[in-house]
Amino acid sequence: MAVATPPAKGPPIVAAPSASAQRWRRWLIAAAFLGPAAVFLVVWIVYPTISTIIRSFFDQDGSNFVGLDNYKELFTSQTLQTAIRNNAIWVAVVPALVTAIGLIFAVLTERVRWSVAFKTAVFMPMAISLFAAGVIWHIMYFKDPGLGAVNAAIGKVHDKVNPPGVLSDALPSSPGLVGSASRGLTLARPVPAGGVAPMGLVGIPPGDVPSGAKQAVLPKRAPGAVSGVVWRDFRPGGGTPGRVEQGELGLPGVNVTIRDASGKSVGSATTADDGTFSVSGLSPGLYRTGISAKTFAQPFQGVDWLGPTLINAAVMSAYIWVWAGFAMVVIAAGLAALPRDVLEAARTDGANEWQVFRRVTVPLLAPVLTVVVITMVINVLKVFDIVLSVAPASTQDDANVIALALWRTAFSGVNDFGLGSAIATFLFLLVVPVLLLNIRRFRREA
Amino acid sequence: MAVTTPAEGLAVPVVRERTSAKMLRWLAKTPVQILLIVVGVLWLVPTIGLFFTSVMPPDVANSQGWWNIISHPSLFTWENYRAIFNNSAITSSLVTTTWIAIGGTVLPIVVAAMAAYAFAWLEFPGRDWLFVFVIALLVVPLQMALIPIFSLYNHLGIFDTTISLILYHTAFALPFSIFLLRNFFIGIPKELLEAARIDGASEFRIFARVILPLGLPAIASLAIFQFLWTWNDLLVALTLGRDTQPITVAIFSQLRQFGSNIDLIAPASFVSLAIPLVVFLAFQRYFVQGLLAGSVK
Repeated sequence: MAVATPPAKGPPIVAAPSASAQRWRRWLIAAAFLGPAAVFLVVWIVYPTISTIIRSFFDQDGSNFVGLDNYKELFTSQTLQTAIRNNAIWVAVVPALVTAIGLIFAVLTERVRWSVAFKTAVFMPMAISLFAAGVIWHIMYFKDPGLGAVNAAIGKVHDKVNPPGVLSDALPSSPGLVGSASRGLTLARPVPAGGVAPMGLVGIPPGDVPSGAKQAVLPKRAPGAVSGVVWRDFRPGGGTPGRVEQGELGLPGVNVTIRDASGKSVGSATTADDGTFSVSGLSPGLYRTGISAKTFAQPFQGVDWLGPTLINAAVMSAYIWVWAGFAMVVIAAGLAALPRDVLEAARTDGANEWQVFRRVTVPLLAPVLTVVVITMVINVLKVFDIVLSVAPASTQDDANVIALALWRTAFSGVNDFGLGSAIATFLFLLVVPVLLLNIRRFRREA
Repeated sequence: MAVTTPAEGLAVPVVRERTSAKMLRWLAKTPVQILLIVVGVLWLVPTIGLFFTSVMPPDVANSQGWWNIISHPSLFTWENYRAIFNNSAITSSLVTTTWIAIGGTVLPIVVAAMAAYAFAWLEFPGRDWLFVFVIALLVVPLQMALIPIFSLYNHLGIFDTTISLILYHTAFALPFSIFLLRNFFIGIPKELLEAARIDGASEFRIFARVILPLGLPAIASLAIFQFLWTWNDLLVALTLGRDTQPITVAIFSQLRQFGSNIDLIAPASFVSLAIPLVVFLAFQRYFVQGLLAGSVK
């Protein structure tokens, strides 16, 4: 047959080997271009993925098949439970917040001329490693308001609203004065108008005596007034309790309150340098006299951001600080691409700015917002470095997340590759559905 | 006539709305600007705080907040920086980081660009399926390979080397890089390639002389990303290195005694972030472009 039709098939027969040779050549060239990538993808991604999945069914050193034991451990162990729970909180909170903040920033900067400066400031943390960002926030979150900027700022406000007292603690020097520093001290016997109320305190270390304190003085009686003295009822050698003696210091700045029989406050005073006070203009009667708890109000101690209860909030806020700029930039690009005429049309129709934002901008931005949320969910599932650097060793268990638990299980301490592989596989299974959404978007674009 | 009346009726509120909206916008702008200034400054405060901490004498940094340096400028000292640049552990870790970042940027881009060219412009069977498979590898988190690669590196005797870290970063950069570059390369005008082919240029020549120069914007975005990513990595180096410590790992090993050695942690952290920051500020445009092309890392 082939011989019967040489004239017609002549040229193809000659060309055929060269065409196939050319095809081979083309394939070879393609293989040469793809080869390096193929080696990397197979050796570093495909093989390890399969290997990790298989490894997750074996024990710590890989010698025994243990079925699903590692996965059982994953869902029963206390530490891993905390990690999974924390990661769930991360996924629920962080992507939404990052997107919301990014949206607000993008909308606010849209019509501001110098928005580039603002955007650069907010975007800048993206360049910093999450690890270094964690170090930055660790320093910001120090508990001592004298060291940690966050607590220093809160302390400024706190001490304005709730000024610290002049004393930290004291005890009454005689049983006539009852109560405690935290609840306030009151003289057991009410003082009549025109009477004198000496209120002695002990248990005040010399260093705690307010500056400017002078020798205590027992004031004279004054008609229509309750006067008295608050003093440190102690002098070298002891002295007699309840009596103002030479060498005993008055306590300035103490807040004294006077209440009538019904318990209603009728006056207050602050003691002078010699400890004396006087509340005048009182009608005849008996008055409950005491030292208010304000005197002993503690200065702001600092919120324990890096302690067990707040550590997750602390790490998350640092993470949001880093990623808000990402959301802002992506959303701003989406905003810039919105059809202007639609927005203008809404405005012309009489919609106010909020309505335009809520009913037009946000729905039109929905695809962009989805991209940001999905990207953030993937990032948050894999969060690792920032937890290590924000959380001190003492609260790393409380701040644990899946990726950190994986690293600690497999590489820090126990080296349990079986359980570690199970955690990695679990993380993989969590990431897959989210990323598949993202890839569908990629393919649409491609 | 019946039609024009409502139209005229509409026209009046439109004009009124415009002027009032303009007024509103003008009024609304000032508080927004103030808010933006406050938020912008607040956003910078933590980084400035780290810098101020890093230029305080150690005993002061341990007992006073960094903001005190504003009222006491005399506290300012470069001593901590002098100390870390004389600390061989820190300087050698900076060199390691630099190598990882350069290698981890150049190698994946070369490998990805070649593959992307094949996916975009060469014909071979199963091309589209292979490309989908490469994109599918995006779902594999970096953490998935740590344990097998740890064992593999130990087996091959390349554990704890700079090159082994670069190889790891290269592999995990590929799916996204190939995707990004392929989509960019495919937009290069076909005529340019065909002209080169007719002139008898080999595929390698076309790749080097036509594709790479024209693909430069995409390559630049990718390079910035990859540089920042590898420079800032902690996890891979922490897991697959021991004495091969990039700066992040070197600081990490100091963290256990946080507080007592803040004079080392603060300046080292600041140096570690200053370089990516400069790169970022210099090439912000490319960075944003890359980001908008779809980041999944």
